[in-house]
Amino acid sequence: MKYVLLLMGDVEKARCGDESLPSVEEFMAYDAEVEAAGIAAGGFALHDPDTAVSVSIPAGETDAVVTTGPYAESREYVGGTFIIDVPTIDDAIAWAKKCPGAKDSRVEIRAIADY
Amino acid sequence: MAESLPGRRAVVEELARLQRDDSPRLLAVLARRFGDLDLAEDVAQDAYEAALATWPRTGIPDSPLAWLLTTARRKALDRLRRDAAQTRRLAELAVEEDRRPGPTPLSEIPDDRLELFFTCCHPTLRPEEQVALILRFLGGLTTVEVAAAFLVSVPTMQARLTRAKKRIRITRIPVAVPPPDLVAERLPAVLHAIYSIYTEGYATTGAEVHIRTELTGEAIRLARTVRALVPADPEVSGLVALLVLTEARAPARVDGEGLPVSLEDQDRTRWRSDLLAEGIVLAEQAAHQAGESAALGPFVIQASIAAVHAEATRFDLTDWAQIAALYDLLDLVAPSPIVRLNRAVAIGRRDGFEAGLRELDRLAATPELARHHPFHAARAVTLEELGRPADAALAWRTAAECTDSPVERAYISKRLREHGRDDVADSAP
Repeated sequence: MKYVLLLMGDVEKARCGDESLPSVEEFMAYDAEVEAAGIAAGGFALHDPDTAVSVSIPAGETDAVVTTGPYAESREYVGGTFIIDVPTIDDAIAWAKKCPGAKDSRVEIRAIADY
Repeated sequence: MAESLPGRRAVVEELARLQRDDSPRLLAVLARRFGDLDLAEDVAQDAYEAALATWPRTGIPDSPLAWLLTTARRKALDRLRRDAAQTRRLAELAVEEDRRPGPTPLSEIPDDRLELFFTCCHPTLRPEEQVALILRFLGGLTTVEVAAAFLVSVPTMQARLTRAKKRIRITRIPVAVPPPDLVAERLPAVLHAIYSIYTEGYATTGAEVHIRTELTGEAIRLARTVRALVPADPEVSGLVALLVLTEARAPARVDGEGLPVSLEDQDRTRWRSDLLAEGIVLAEQAAHQAGESAALGPFVIQASIAAVHAEATRFDLTDWAQIAALYDLLDLVAPSPIVRLNRAVAIGRRDGFEAGLRELDRLAATPELARHHPFHAARAVTLEELGRPADAALAWRTAAECTDSPVERAYISKRLREHGRDDVADSAP
Protein backbone atom coordinates (compact mmCIF):
# COMPACT_ATOMS: atom_id res chain seq x y z
CA MET A 1 0.00 0.00 0.00
CA LYS A 2 1.42 3.37 -1.01
CA TYR A 3 1.07 6.36 1.25
CA VAL A 4 2.31 9.87 0.68
CA LEU A 5 3.68 11.81 3.62
CA LEU A 6 2.89 15.45 2.94
CA LEU A 7 5.36 17.63 4.79
CA MET A 8 3.28 20.63 5.73
CA GLY A 9 4.97 23.95 6.41
CA ASP A 10 3.65 27.06 8.11
CA VAL A 11 3.82 30.23 6.01
CA GLU A 12 4.54 32.42 9.06
CA LYS A 13 7.36 30.24 10.31
CA ALA A 14 8.95 30.01 6.86
CA ARG A 15 8.87 33.81 6.53
CA CYS A 16 10.58 34.26 9.89
CA GLY A 17 13.32 31.76 9.00
CA ASP A 18 12.40 29.81 12.13
CA GLU A 19 15.52 28.29 13.72
CA SER A 20 13.58 25.30 15.05
CA LEU A 21 12.91 23.96 11.54
CA PRO A 22 14.71 20.67 10.84
CA SER A 23 17.95 20.87 8.94
CA VAL A 24 18.67 19.53 5.46
CA GLU A 25 21.00 16.97 7.08
CA GLU A 26 18.12 15.57 9.16
CA PHE A 27 16.02 15.14 6.03
CA MET A 28 18.89 13.45 4.21
CA ALA A 29 19.38 11.04 7.11
CA TYR A 30 15.66 10.23 7.11
CA ASP A 31 15.70 9.76 3.35
CA ALA A 32 18.58 7.30 3.73
CA GLU A 33 16.66 5.42 6.42
CA VAL A 34 13.59 5.13 4.17
CA GLU A 35 15.82 3.86 1.33
CA ALA A 36 17.54 1.35 3.58
CA ALA A 37 14.17 -0.01 4.79
CA GLY A 38 13.26 -0.78 1.18
CA ILE A 39 10.00 1.16 1.37
CA ALA A 40 10.94 4.22 -0.71
CA ALA A 41 8.48 4.73 -3.56
CA GLY A 42 9.17 8.31 -4.64
CA GLY A 43 8.76 11.80 -3.35
CA PHE A 44 10.17 15.25 -3.93
CA ALA A 45 11.24 18.43 -2.20
CA LEU A 46 9.83 21.82 -3.21
CA HIS A 47 11.24 25.33 -3.30
CA ASP A 48 9.79 28.01 -1.03
CA PRO A 49 6.06 28.78 -1.40
CA ASP A 50 6.79 32.45 -2.15
CA THR A 51 8.16 31.32 -5.54
CA ALA A 52 4.84 29.66 -6.36
CA VAL A 53 2.55 30.68 -9.23
CA SER A 54 -1.19 30.00 -8.97
CA VAL A 55 -3.45 29.42 -11.96
CA SER A 56 -7.20 29.40 -11.49
CA ILE A 57 -10.29 29.63 -13.68
CA PRO A 58 -13.03 31.26 -11.60
CA ALA A 59 -16.50 29.72 -11.69
CA GLY A 60 -18.51 30.81 -14.71
CA GLU A 61 -15.51 32.25 -16.57
CA THR A 62 -13.27 30.90 -19.28
CA ASP A 63 -10.08 32.90 -18.77
CA ALA A 64 -7.50 31.75 -16.28
CA VAL A 65 -6.23 34.11 -13.61
CA VAL A 66 -2.50 33.79 -13.03
CA THR A 67 -1.20 35.11 -9.72
CA THR A 68 2.16 35.15 -8.04
CA GLY A 69 2.56 33.24 -4.79
CA PRO A 70 0.37 30.62 -3.09
CA TYR A 71 -3.26 31.15 -2.20
CA ALA A 72 -3.16 34.13 0.11
CA GLU A 73 -5.62 32.72 2.63
CA SER A 74 -3.84 29.46 3.35
CA ARG A 75 -1.42 29.36 6.23
CA GLU A 76 -0.09 25.94 5.34
CA TYR A 77 1.84 24.80 2.30
CA VAL A 78 3.31 21.51 1.10
CA GLY A 79 7.08 21.67 1.47
CA GLY A 80 7.82 18.23 0.12
CA THR A 81 6.69 14.63 0.05
CA PHE A 82 7.87 11.13 0.75
CA ILE A 83 6.04 8.24 -0.86
CA ILE A 84 6.40 5.00 1.06
CA ASP A 85 5.14 1.51 0.31
CA VAL A 86 4.21 -0.23 3.58
CA PRO A 87 1.53 -2.77 4.55
CA THR A 88 -0.80 -0.71 6.77
CA ILE A 89 -1.65 2.72 8.15
CA ASP A 90 0.12 1.75 11.39
CA ASP A 91 3.41 1.42 9.51
CA ALA A 92 2.79 4.74 7.77
CA ILE A 93 2.10 6.42 11.12
CA ALA A 94 5.30 4.95 12.58
CA TRP A 95 7.33 6.38 9.67
CA ALA A 96 5.60 9.76 9.88
CA LYS A 97 6.47 9.96 13.58
CA LYS A 98 10.14 9.56 12.70
CA CYS A 99 10.03 12.13 9.90
CA PRO A 100 11.88 15.38 10.67
CA GLY A 101 8.99 17.25 9.02
CA ALA A 102 6.73 16.31 11.96
CA LYS A 103 8.86 18.22 14.46
CA ASP A 104 7.10 21.39 15.58
CA SER A 105 5.05 21.06 12.38
CA ARG A 106 2.80 18.52 10.68
CA VAL A 107 3.08 15.52 8.40
CA GLU A 108 -0.18 14.56 6.71
CA ILE A 109 -0.56 10.92 5.66
CA ARG A 110 -2.72 10.22 2.62
CA ALA A 111 -3.33 6.89 0.95
CA ILE A 112 -2.50 6.98 -2.75
CA ALA A 113 -5.46 6.21 -4.98
CA ASP A 114 -4.76 3.47 -7.49
CA TYR A 115 -6.81 4.31 -10.58
CA MET B 1 -32.08 -37.49 3.20
CA ALA B 2 -35.25 -36.45 1.42
CA GLU B 3 -37.56 -37.20 4.33
CA SER B 4 -35.38 -35.17 6.70
CA LEU B 5 -35.46 -31.98 4.61
CA PRO B 6 -36.17 -28.99 6.80
CA GLY B 7 -39.16 -26.81 6.09
CA ARG B 8 -38.55 -23.26 4.96
CA ARG B 9 -39.60 -22.12 8.39
CA ALA B 10 -36.92 -24.22 10.09
CA VAL B 11 -34.33 -22.72 7.74
CA VAL B 12 -35.50 -19.19 8.48
CA GLU B 13 -35.31 -19.90 12.21
CA GLU B 14 -31.84 -21.39 11.94
CA LEU B 15 -30.64 -18.40 9.90
CA ALA B 16 -32.10 -15.99 12.44
CA ARG B 17 -30.22 -17.84 15.17
CA LEU B 18 -26.99 -17.75 13.16
CA GLN B 19 -27.40 -14.05 12.46
CA ARG B 20 -27.98 -13.32 16.11
CA ASP B 21 -25.29 -15.55 17.61
CA ASP B 22 -22.64 -16.01 14.96
CA SER B 23 -22.70 -12.98 12.68
CA PRO B 24 -19.80 -11.29 14.55
CA ARG B 25 -17.63 -14.38 14.01
CA LEU B 26 -18.56 -14.53 10.33
CA LEU B 27 -18.03 -10.78 9.80
CA ALA B 28 -14.71 -10.85 11.66
CA VAL B 29 -13.26 -13.63 9.50
CA LEU B 30 -14.41 -11.88 6.33
CA ALA B 31 -13.16 -8.48 7.48
CA ARG B 32 -9.76 -9.89 8.31
CA ARG B 33 -9.60 -11.75 5.02
CA PHE B 34 -10.58 -8.84 2.78
CA GLY B 35 -9.74 -5.78 4.90
CA ASP B 36 -13.04 -4.25 3.85
CA LEU B 37 -15.98 -4.10 6.26
CA ASP B 38 -18.47 -3.06 3.58
CA LEU B 39 -17.55 -6.06 1.49
CA ALA B 40 -17.74 -8.29 4.58
CA GLU B 41 -21.28 -7.07 5.33
CA ASP B 42 -22.42 -7.42 1.72
CA VAL B 43 -21.14 -10.95 1.17
CA ALA B 44 -22.37 -12.13 4.57
CA GLN B 45 -25.80 -10.94 3.45
CA ASP B 46 -25.31 -12.73 0.11
CA ALA B 47 -24.47 -15.91 2.00
CA TYR B 48 -27.58 -15.71 4.20
CA GLU B 49 -29.69 -15.26 1.05
CA ALA B 50 -27.98 -18.18 -0.66
CA ALA B 51 -28.64 -20.34 2.41
CA LEU B 52 -32.30 -19.39 2.37
CA ALA B 53 -32.50 -20.49 -1.26
CA THR B 54 -30.41 -23.65 -0.87
CA TRP B 55 -30.99 -25.22 2.53
CA PRO B 56 -34.68 -26.05 2.03
CA ARG B 57 -33.51 -28.27 -0.90
CA THR B 58 -30.27 -29.67 0.52
CA GLY B 59 -30.96 -29.67 4.23
CA ILE B 60 -29.17 -27.58 6.85
CA PRO B 61 -25.46 -28.44 6.65
CA ASP B 62 -23.62 -30.01 9.60
CA SER B 63 -21.68 -26.83 10.09
CA PRO B 64 -23.92 -23.95 8.99
CA LEU B 65 -21.35 -21.30 9.92
CA ALA B 66 -18.67 -22.99 7.82
CA TRP B 67 -21.11 -23.21 4.89
CA LEU B 68 -21.92 -19.51 5.21
CA LEU B 69 -18.25 -18.62 5.45
CA THR B 70 -17.27 -20.62 2.36
CA THR B 71 -20.17 -19.16 0.41
CA ALA B 72 -19.41 -15.62 1.55
CA ARG B 73 -15.74 -15.99 0.55
CA ARG B 74 -16.72 -17.15 -2.94
CA LYS B 75 -19.18 -14.26 -3.26
CA ALA B 76 -16.45 -11.85 -2.21
CA LEU B 77 -14.07 -13.16 -4.86
CA ASP B 78 -16.86 -12.92 -7.47
CA ARG B 79 -17.48 -9.32 -6.52
CA LEU B 80 -13.79 -8.47 -6.66
CA ARG B 81 -13.46 -10.12 -10.09
CA ARG B 82 -16.35 -8.04 -11.42
CA ASP B 83 -14.66 -4.89 -10.19
CA ALA B 84 -11.77 -4.20 -12.55
CA ALA B 85 -10.25 -1.67 -10.17
CA GLN B 86 -9.83 -4.44 -7.63
CA THR B 87 -7.80 -6.77 -9.82
CA ARG B 88 -4.56 -6.06 -8.03
CA ARG B 89 -6.15 -6.62 -4.65
CA LEU B 90 -7.58 -9.84 -5.99
CA ALA B 91 -4.15 -11.03 -7.08
CA GLU B 92 -3.00 -10.64 -3.48
CA LEU B 93 -5.95 -12.57 -2.10
CA ALA B 94 -6.84 -15.27 -4.60
CA VAL B 95 -3.69 -17.35 -4.35
CA GLU B 96 -4.45 -18.44 -0.85
CA GLU B 97 -8.14 -18.89 -1.59
CA ASP B 98 -7.49 -21.39 -4.39
CA ARG B 99 -5.51 -23.64 -2.08
CA ARG B 100 -8.55 -24.14 0.12
CA PRO B 101 -11.27 -25.87 -1.80
CA GLY B 102 -14.35 -27.25 -0.14
CA PRO B 103 -16.04 -26.25 3.08
CA THR B 104 -13.97 -25.50 6.15
CA PRO B 105 -14.68 -27.68 9.19
CA LEU B 106 -16.11 -25.62 12.05
CA SER B 107 -13.13 -26.28 14.28
CA GLU B 108 -10.90 -24.64 11.69
CA ILE B 109 -12.89 -21.44 11.42
CA PRO B 110 -10.61 -18.85 12.92
CA ASP B 111 -11.93 -16.52 15.62
CA ASP B 112 -10.91 -13.07 14.40
CA ARG B 113 -13.14 -11.05 16.72
CA LEU B 114 -10.28 -9.71 18.82
CA GLU B 115 -8.59 -8.52 15.63
CA LEU B 116 -11.79 -6.75 14.66
CA PHE B 117 -12.11 -5.11 18.10
CA PHE B 118 -8.72 -3.50 17.53
CA THR B 119 -9.72 -2.40 14.02
CA CYS B 120 -12.91 -0.79 15.30
CA CYS B 121 -10.99 1.06 18.02
CA HIS B 122 -8.08 2.23 15.89
CA PRO B 123 -6.83 5.60 17.13
CA THR B 124 -7.56 7.22 13.76
CA LEU B 125 -11.29 6.53 14.19
CA ARG B 126 -13.44 8.92 16.22
CA PRO B 127 -14.88 7.69 19.54
CA GLU B 128 -18.47 7.81 18.24
CA GLU B 129 -17.38 5.82 15.18
CA GLN B 130 -15.65 3.25 17.37
CA VAL B 131 -18.71 2.46 19.48
CA ALA B 132 -20.96 2.35 16.41
CA LEU B 133 -18.62 -0.06 14.62
CA ILE B 134 -18.36 -2.30 17.68
CA LEU B 135 -22.12 -2.55 18.08
CA ARG B 136 -22.65 -3.16 14.37
CA PHE B 137 -19.86 -5.67 13.74
CA LEU B 138 -19.11 -7.26 17.12
CA GLY B 139 -22.51 -6.84 18.72
CA GLY B 140 -24.24 -7.97 15.56
CA LEU B 141 -26.81 -5.16 15.79
CA THR B 142 -28.36 -3.78 12.62
CA THR B 143 -27.66 -0.18 11.63
CA VAL B 144 -31.24 0.67 12.59
CA GLU B 145 -30.70 -0.79 16.06
CA VAL B 146 -27.41 1.04 16.52
CA ALA B 147 -29.08 4.31 15.51
CA ALA B 148 -31.92 3.71 17.98
CA ALA B 149 -29.44 2.89 20.74
CA PHE B 150 -27.69 6.24 20.35
CA LEU B 151 -30.88 8.20 19.69
CA VAL B 152 -29.71 9.42 16.30
CA SER B 153 -31.50 9.09 12.97
CA VAL B 154 -30.82 6.09 10.77
CA PRO B 155 -29.30 8.23 7.94
CA THR B 156 -26.97 9.87 10.49
CA MET B 157 -25.82 6.49 11.77
CA GLN B 158 -25.49 5.15 8.24
CA ALA B 159 -23.30 8.11 7.30
CA ARG B 160 -21.18 7.63 10.42
CA LEU B 161 -20.64 3.93 9.73
CA THR B 162 -19.99 4.54 6.03
CA ARG B 163 -17.35 7.15 6.81
CA ALA B 164 -15.62 4.86 9.29
CA LYS B 165 -15.70 1.84 6.96
CA LYS B 166 -14.31 3.95 4.13
CA ARG B 167 -11.42 5.06 6.31
CA ILE B 168 -10.65 1.46 7.28
CA ARG B 169 -10.63 0.34 3.64
CA ILE B 170 -8.87 3.33 2.06
CA THR B 171 -6.16 3.90 4.63
CA ARG B 172 -5.80 0.19 5.36
CA ILE B 173 -6.40 0.05 9.04
CA PRO B 174 -5.22 -3.47 9.79
CA VAL B 175 -7.64 -6.16 10.93
CA ALA B 176 -5.05 -7.59 13.28
CA VAL B 177 -3.98 -7.72 16.88
CA PRO B 178 -1.33 -5.01 17.19
CA PRO B 179 2.27 -6.03 17.88
CA PRO B 180 2.96 -6.53 21.62
CA ASP B 181 4.38 -3.04 22.10
CA LEU B 182 1.12 -1.54 20.82
CA VAL B 183 -1.37 -3.84 22.58
CA ALA B 184 -0.96 -2.11 25.93
CA GLU B 185 -1.46 1.23 24.19
CA ARG B 186 -4.55 0.17 22.24
CA LEU B 187 -6.44 -2.21 24.51
CA PRO B 188 -7.68 0.66 26.72
CA ALA B 189 -9.54 2.14 23.72
CA VAL B 190 -11.37 -1.17 23.22
CA LEU B 191 -12.30 -1.35 26.90
CA HIS B 192 -13.29 2.30 27.00
CA ALA B 193 -15.57 1.89 23.99
CA ILE B 194 -17.35 -1.04 25.64
CA TYR B 195 -17.61 0.87 28.90
CA SER B 196 -19.16 3.85 27.11
CA ILE B 197 -21.71 1.52 25.48
CA TYR B 198 -22.64 0.38 28.99
CA THR B 199 -22.91 3.89 30.45
CA GLU B 200 -24.94 5.01 27.45
CA GLY B 201 -27.47 2.37 28.44
CA TYR B 202 -27.15 2.93 32.17
CA ALA B 203 -27.88 6.64 32.21
CA THR B 204 -31.31 6.28 30.71
CA THR B 205 -34.84 6.48 31.80
CA GLY B 206 -38.41 6.72 30.65
CA ALA B 207 -39.50 5.65 27.21
CA GLU B 208 -36.02 4.60 26.14
CA VAL B 209 -35.59 2.09 28.93
CA HIS B 210 -36.22 -0.96 26.79
CA ILE B 211 -33.62 -0.37 24.08
CA ARG B 212 -31.18 0.95 26.60
CA THR B 213 -31.43 -2.13 28.77
CA GLU B 214 -30.37 -4.06 25.68
CA LEU B 215 -27.39 -1.73 25.40
CA THR B 216 -26.15 -2.53 28.90
CA GLY B 217 -26.64 -6.23 28.24
CA GLU B 218 -24.80 -5.92 24.95
CA ALA B 219 -21.87 -4.14 26.62
CA ILE B 220 -21.57 -6.93 29.18
CA ARG B 221 -21.68 -9.54 26.41
CA LEU B 222 -18.93 -7.69 24.49
CA ALA B 223 -16.82 -7.35 27.63
CA ARG B 224 -17.18 -11.08 28.28
CA THR B 225 -16.16 -11.77 24.67
CA VAL B 226 -12.99 -9.72 25.07
CA ARG B 227 -12.26 -11.51 28.34
CA ALA B 228 -12.63 -14.90 26.64
CA LEU B 229 -10.08 -13.70 24.07
CA VAL B 230 -7.67 -11.98 26.53
CA PRO B 231 -8.30 -13.82 29.81
CA ALA B 232 -5.10 -12.82 31.61
CA ASP B 233 -5.37 -9.05 31.30
CA PRO B 234 -6.27 -7.39 34.64
CA GLU B 235 -8.01 -4.41 33.02
CA VAL B 236 -10.22 -6.72 30.93
CA SER B 237 -11.20 -8.69 34.05
CA GLY B 238 -11.70 -5.38 35.87
CA LEU B 239 -14.06 -4.11 33.18
CA VAL B 240 -16.21 -7.25 33.28
CA ALA B 241 -16.28 -7.11 37.09
CA LEU B 242 -17.24 -3.43 37.10
CA LEU B 243 -20.05 -3.91 34.58
CA VAL B 244 -21.42 -7.03 36.24
CA LEU B 245 -21.39 -5.44 39.70
CA THR B 246 -23.07 -2.30 38.39
CA GLU B 247 -25.66 -4.39 36.59
CA ALA B 248 -26.32 -6.36 39.79
CA ARG B 249 -27.73 -3.20 41.38
CA ALA B 250 -30.02 -2.41 38.44
CA PRO B 251 -33.23 -3.88 39.96
CA ALA B 252 -32.89 -1.58 42.98
CA ARG B 253 -31.89 1.57 41.11
CA VAL B 254 -35.41 2.65 40.14
CA ASP B 255 -38.50 2.82 42.35
CA GLY B 256 -42.11 1.97 41.50
CA GLU B 257 -42.66 5.42 39.97
CA GLY B 258 -39.56 5.11 37.75
CA LEU B 259 -37.53 7.51 39.86
CA PRO B 260 -33.88 6.81 40.69
CA VAL B 261 -33.04 5.46 44.14
CA SER B 262 -29.79 6.59 45.73
CA LEU B 263 -27.25 3.96 46.75
CA GLU B 264 -28.05 4.76 50.37
CA ASP B 265 -31.76 4.06 49.95
CA GLN B 266 -31.55 1.00 47.71
CA ASP B 267 -33.15 -2.23 48.90
CA ARG B 268 -30.05 -4.40 48.80
CA THR B 269 -32.06 -7.61 48.90
CA ARG B 270 -33.07 -6.71 45.35
CA TRP B 271 -29.48 -6.70 44.12
CA ARG B 272 -28.88 -9.69 41.89
CA SER B 273 -26.93 -12.15 44.00
CA ASP B 274 -25.68 -14.18 41.01
CA LEU B 275 -24.05 -11.13 39.43
CA LEU B 276 -22.72 -9.90 42.79
CA ALA B 277 -21.00 -13.21 43.43
CA GLU B 278 -19.56 -13.34 39.93
CA GLY B 279 -18.43 -9.71 40.05
CA ILE B 280 -16.71 -10.03 43.41
CA VAL B 281 -14.74 -13.06 42.22
CA LEU B 282 -13.81 -11.25 38.99
CA ALA B 283 -12.73 -8.11 40.86
CA GLU B 284 -10.47 -10.22 43.07
CA GLN B 285 -9.07 -11.99 40.01
CA ALA B 286 -8.41 -8.64 38.34
CA ALA B 287 -6.51 -7.35 41.37
CA HIS B 288 -4.61 -10.62 41.54
CA GLN B 289 -3.75 -10.48 37.82
CA ALA B 290 -2.52 -6.91 38.25
CA GLY B 291 -0.29 -8.40 40.96
CA GLU B 292 3.21 -7.06 40.79
CA SER B 293 2.56 -4.50 38.06
CA ALA B 294 3.45 -1.13 39.49
CA ALA B 295 0.28 0.81 38.71
CA LEU B 296 -3.23 -0.60 38.89
CA GLY B 297 -5.35 0.30 35.89
CA PRO B 298 -8.55 2.35 36.15
CA PHE B 299 -10.90 -0.59 35.59
CA VAL B 300 -9.24 -2.76 38.25
CA ILE B 301 -9.61 0.09 40.74
CA GLN B 302 -13.22 0.84 39.80
CA ALA B 303 -14.04 -2.88 40.02
CA SER B 304 -12.53 -2.93 43.53
CA ILE B 305 -14.69 0.04 44.54
CA ALA B 306 -17.80 -1.67 43.17
CA ALA B 307 -16.82 -4.85 45.02
CA VAL B 308 -16.52 -2.98 48.34
CA HIS B 309 -20.07 -1.64 47.85
CA ALA B 310 -21.25 -5.11 46.85
CA GLU B 311 -19.83 -6.68 50.00
CA ALA B 312 -21.74 -4.29 52.29
CA THR B 313 -25.06 -5.87 53.19
CA ARG B 314 -26.24 -2.51 54.54
CA PHE B 315 -25.27 1.02 53.46
CA ASP B 316 -23.98 1.86 56.97
CA LEU B 317 -21.69 -1.17 56.85
CA THR B 318 -19.81 0.21 53.81
CA ASP B 319 -16.04 0.29 54.24
CA TRP B 320 -15.65 3.97 53.35
CA ALA B 321 -11.99 4.05 54.38
CA GLN B 322 -11.22 1.53 51.68
CA ILE B 323 -13.39 3.31 49.13
CA ALA B 324 -11.74 6.67 49.84
CA ALA B 325 -8.30 5.06 49.50
CA LEU B 326 -9.30 3.50 46.19
CA TYR B 327 -10.54 6.85 44.87
CA ASP B 328 -7.17 8.36 45.89
CA LEU B 329 -5.54 5.69 43.77
CA LEU B 330 -7.95 6.23 40.88
CA ASP B 331 -7.29 9.95 40.96
CA LEU B 332 -3.60 9.16 40.46
CA VAL B 333 -4.01 6.90 37.40
CA ALA B 334 -7.11 8.45 35.82
CA PRO B 335 -7.64 11.90 37.31
CA SER B 336 -10.96 13.57 36.60
CA PRO B 337 -13.35 15.97 38.33
CA ILE B 338 -15.89 13.12 38.68
CA VAL B 339 -13.34 10.96 40.48
CA ARG B 340 -12.57 13.84 42.85
CA LEU B 341 -16.30 14.31 43.47
CA ASN B 342 -16.69 10.65 44.42
CA ARG B 343 -13.57 10.86 46.56
CA ALA B 344 -15.02 13.85 48.44
CA VAL B 345 -18.26 11.94 49.10
CA ALA B 346 -16.29 8.94 50.41
CA ILE B 347 -14.23 11.20 52.69
CA GLY B 348 -17.45 12.68 54.08
CA ARG B 349 -18.72 9.20 54.92
CA ARG B 350 -15.37 8.23 56.41
CA ASP B 351 -14.41 11.37 58.38
CA GLY B 352 -17.79 12.98 58.97
CA PHE B 353 -19.95 15.35 56.94
CA GLU B 354 -18.07 18.50 58.01
CA ALA B 355 -14.97 17.09 56.37
CA GLY B 356 -17.04 15.97 53.38
CA LEU B 357 -18.48 19.44 52.89
CA ARG B 358 -15.00 20.97 53.07
CA GLU B 359 -13.83 18.57 50.34
CA LEU B 360 -16.89 19.33 48.19
CA ASP B 361 -16.54 23.08 48.59
CA ARG B 362 -12.91 22.84 47.54
CA LEU B 363 -14.21 21.41 44.25
CA ALA B 364 -16.89 24.09 43.74
CA ALA B 365 -14.65 26.13 41.43
CA THR B 366 -13.97 23.18 39.12
CA PRO B 367 -15.60 24.20 35.82
CA GLU B 368 -16.71 20.65 34.95
CA LEU B 369 -18.56 20.35 38.26
CA ALA B 370 -20.14 23.80 38.44
CA ARG B 371 -23.03 22.67 36.21
CA HIS B 372 -22.85 18.94 37.07
CA HIS B 373 -26.05 18.05 38.91
CA PRO B 374 -24.61 15.11 40.91
CA PHE B 375 -22.12 17.53 42.46
CA HIS B 376 -24.93 19.76 43.77
CA ALA B 377 -26.95 16.70 44.81
CA ALA B 378 -23.95 15.46 46.82
CA ARG B 379 -23.69 18.87 48.52
CA ALA B 380 -27.43 18.81 49.22
CA VAL B 381 -27.28 15.39 50.87
CA THR B 382 -24.26 16.46 52.94
CA LEU B 383 -26.03 19.65 54.07
CA GLU B 384 -29.13 17.64 55.01
CA GLU B 385 -26.96 15.35 57.11
CA LEU B 386 -25.42 18.41 58.79
CA GLY B 387 -28.88 19.66 59.74
CA ARG B 388 -28.85 22.65 57.39
CA PRO B 389 -32.16 22.16 55.51
CA ALA B 390 -32.32 25.67 53.99
CA ASP B 391 -28.84 25.35 52.49
CA ALA B 392 -29.67 21.82 51.38
CA ALA B 393 -32.82 23.02 49.59
CA LEU B 394 -30.78 25.67 47.81
CA ALA B 395 -28.29 23.02 46.67
CA TRP B 396 -31.14 20.76 45.48
CA ARG B 397 -32.57 23.64 43.44
CA THR B 398 -29.18 24.27 41.85
CA ALA B 399 -28.97 20.56 41.05
CA ALA B 400 -32.40 20.74 39.39
CA GLU B 401 -31.28 23.68 37.26
CA CYS B 402 -28.30 21.65 36.05
CA THR B 403 -30.24 18.76 34.55
CA ASP B 404 -32.70 18.49 31.68
CA SER B 405 -33.73 14.99 32.69
CA PRO B 406 -37.40 15.03 33.76
CA VAL B 407 -36.73 11.97 35.90
CA GLU B 408 -33.86 13.60 37.78
CA ARG B 409 -35.94 16.71 38.30
CA ALA B 410 -38.86 14.66 39.60
CA TYR B 411 -36.49 12.91 41.98
CA ILE B 412 -35.23 16.24 43.32
CA SER B 413 -38.82 17.47 43.79
CA LYS B 414 -39.52 14.36 45.80
CA ARG B 415 -36.48 14.92 48.02
CA LEU B 416 -37.53 18.53 48.61
CA ARG B 417 -41.11 17.48 49.45
CA GLU B 418 -39.81 14.91 51.90
CA HIS B 419 -37.99 17.71 53.66
CA GLY B 420 -40.99 20.03 53.61
CA ARG B 421 -39.59 22.27 50.89
CA ASP B 422 -41.24 23.55 47.75
CA ASP B 423 -41.35 21.79 44.46
CA VAL B 424 -38.77 22.66 41.80
CA ALA B 425 -41.15 22.31 38.87
CA ASP B 426 -41.68 26.08 38.63
CA SER B 427 -38.00 26.75 38.09
CA ALA B 428 -37.95 24.65 34.91
CA PRO B 429 -35.75 26.27 32.27
